[in-house]
Amino acid sequence: MSDPLLQVRDLKVQFFTEDGALRAVDGISFDIQPGEILGMVGESGCGKSVTALSILRLLAPSGKIVSGEINFRGKNLIQASEREMQQVRGNQISMIFQEPMTSLNPVMTVGDQVAESLILHKRLARKEALAETIRLFQSVRIPDAATRIKDYPHQMSGGMRQRVMIAMAIACHPALIIADEPTTALDVTIQAQILELLNQLRNEYGLSILLITHALGVIAETADRVIVMYAGKIVEEAPVLEIFERPCHPYTIGLLDSIPKIETDGTKRDRLKAIEGSVPDLMKLPPGCSFYDRCSDRMDRCTELYPEIIWINPQHRVSCYKWTNS
Amino acid sequence: MDKLLEVKNLTKHYSASRGVFAQNRQIVKAVDGISFSIAPGEALGLVGESGCGKTTAGRCILRLIETTAGEVWFDDRNLLALDKYQLRMMRRHMQMIFQDPYASLNPRMTVSRILEEPLVIHRTGNKNQRLDRVAQLLNMVGLDASLMKRFPHEFSGGQRQRIGIARALALDPKLIVADEPVSALDVSVQAQIVNLLKELQQKLKLTFLFIAHDLSVVQHFCDRIAVMYLGKIVELASSQELFKNPLHPYTKVLLASIPVADPKIKKKRENLKGEIASTSRTISGCHFHPRCSIAIDRCKNEEPPLREITPGHFAACHLAEL
Repeated sequence: MSDPLLQVRDLKVQFFTEDGALRAVDGISFDIQPGEILGMVGESGCGKSVTALSILRLLAPSGKIVSGEINFRGKNLIQASEREMQQVRGNQISMIFQEPMTSLNPVMTVGDQVAESLILHKRLARKEALAETIRLFQSVRIPDAATRIKDYPHQMSGGMRQRVMIAMAIACHPALIIADEPTTALDVTIQAQILELLNQLRNEYGLSILLITHALGVIAETADRVIVMYAGKIVEEAPVLEIFERPCHPYTIGLLDSIPKIETDGTKRDRLKAIEGSVPDLMKLPPGCSFYDRCSDRMDRCTELYPEIIWINPQHRVSCYKWTNS
Repeated sequence: MDKLLEVKNLTKHYSASRGVFAQNRQIVKAVDGISFSIAPGEALGLVGESGCGKTTAGRCILRLIETTAGEVWFDDRNLLALDKYQLRMMRRHMQMIFQDPYASLNPRMTVSRILEEPLVIHRTGNKNQRLDRVAQLLNMVGLDASLMKRFPHEFSGGQRQRIGIARALALDPKLIVADEPVSALDVSVQAQIVNLLKELQQKLKLTFLFIAHDLSVVQHFCDRIAVMYLGKIVELASSQELFKNPLHPYTKVLLASIPVADPKIKKKRENLKGEIASTSRTISGCHFHPRCSIAIDRCKNEEPPLREITPGHFAACHLAEL
């Protein structure tokens, strides 16, 4: 395996609120390899978006990275100056957000918005930048690219706006794209188009993608490797085939069981296997395993100490006492 | 077939005028003549992408918005012909569950007041009887009755949706219109709510109109499914039949677009070209023909009617064959 493109080590992010410190991300470590799509799944509040924002150092003022390292191309981004970060953002690492309407400027044409980053980072003249923008629109398969660059965001559909966001993200040929729920706001047929586009871009440009989503179907179709997060921690990591075929953490198993499967042979299950309870309050996490209350395999020792994440084979790690001894 | 609800040619047009002097008035055909019926105890799914008119259809049926044309028969009465008083009397039999459990509960009311309100409006029982009913409702949806003095913000999303369901059940309705009841919830909580709705349906013999965009949830929950595209029903069949043997090209693409949570199945999918057209533009012939991969000349000129291809399986496509 080649050197990882991005290395996150023991990242801890806390939000300081009136009621005390909220541990949104609590000591996670992972790598992203060049050319790889790494899927990150979890429910609301599990820390997946905070992880993404931390990598780009875009956290809200109340959020602080309290410890850890984020190594990108030999540089620890946590210690980078704001000026250095500006060179990284959009240029080497870019981001695609969930809702394209709120992340585009409504009073600027989409062409100018994409050209802006080219003028800023690549120091192109406006004319060259617009010509490059047309090429980018073509590569994200926006029809009539030359006329669409004059559109304002409200003149485009949700799917087209997301394509503009992707064009903006790849404008400076970044090495890594962080896509935070890129298809959640889109219809299912448009979602399929966008996921295919991301996959094509990865193959064309050899870039890495950190794909954050709550939808396991999206992960199964797009990701190479998967990280499952729960309450600020990574509970399991494995290649995509393995996580669906041999999930080990009770939370992963529960998540996979709780999605209704489409049965074409006419068989129907009467009940879905649901995970009992709901996502815990990060302010009131119990000692020991955060999933304890909802776990079907819980043991006494789970309440004592949080289970360290351990490798059960060279590519698969899990944090659960069921796997610590064997 | 016995029918609890029958919708005939339901139509809702909005007029969207542009500019101050409204020279070019446009008609948005949100729902454009749909017909279906639901048997007592049945769950009918209404699916389609955003802008297809499924939510508008649900609201028209409950007369939360006024309809342009058509008939809605419920228990042998045409709801659209009722006056305000008669409608209010009928309303208790038809209730709605909304998508967003954060927006649909009044933040200043305690749970007991939220659940008591429909009972008060319909003058049911005295205070003590009503409170007993509130406790009973909370138990029915899996919440502890001791929580009734709390406010909505003290509950999680899944719990709030349970409260929304309890409110819908307060008056013992026959029909529930559920508009995306689980799509705002976390994956692990979705399954709990789907199971709860299924249990309640069986226990209380409820009839459901289940509006959603997530086909896998609809297939799990519903007996029959109607697929909408640009204000029209393009296909209607039992959920098993629809998934096994989709006839309309749009249904086929829709089914193929669902990401499957199984990485071994790398589907060879034909992605749909283009995007859903605006309902304000008039498309001649079949509404789907500009995006259809098998469209012929006839599709551009002649609108295909919804016809029964095999018993109980309807499709609106000239080319739909057995």
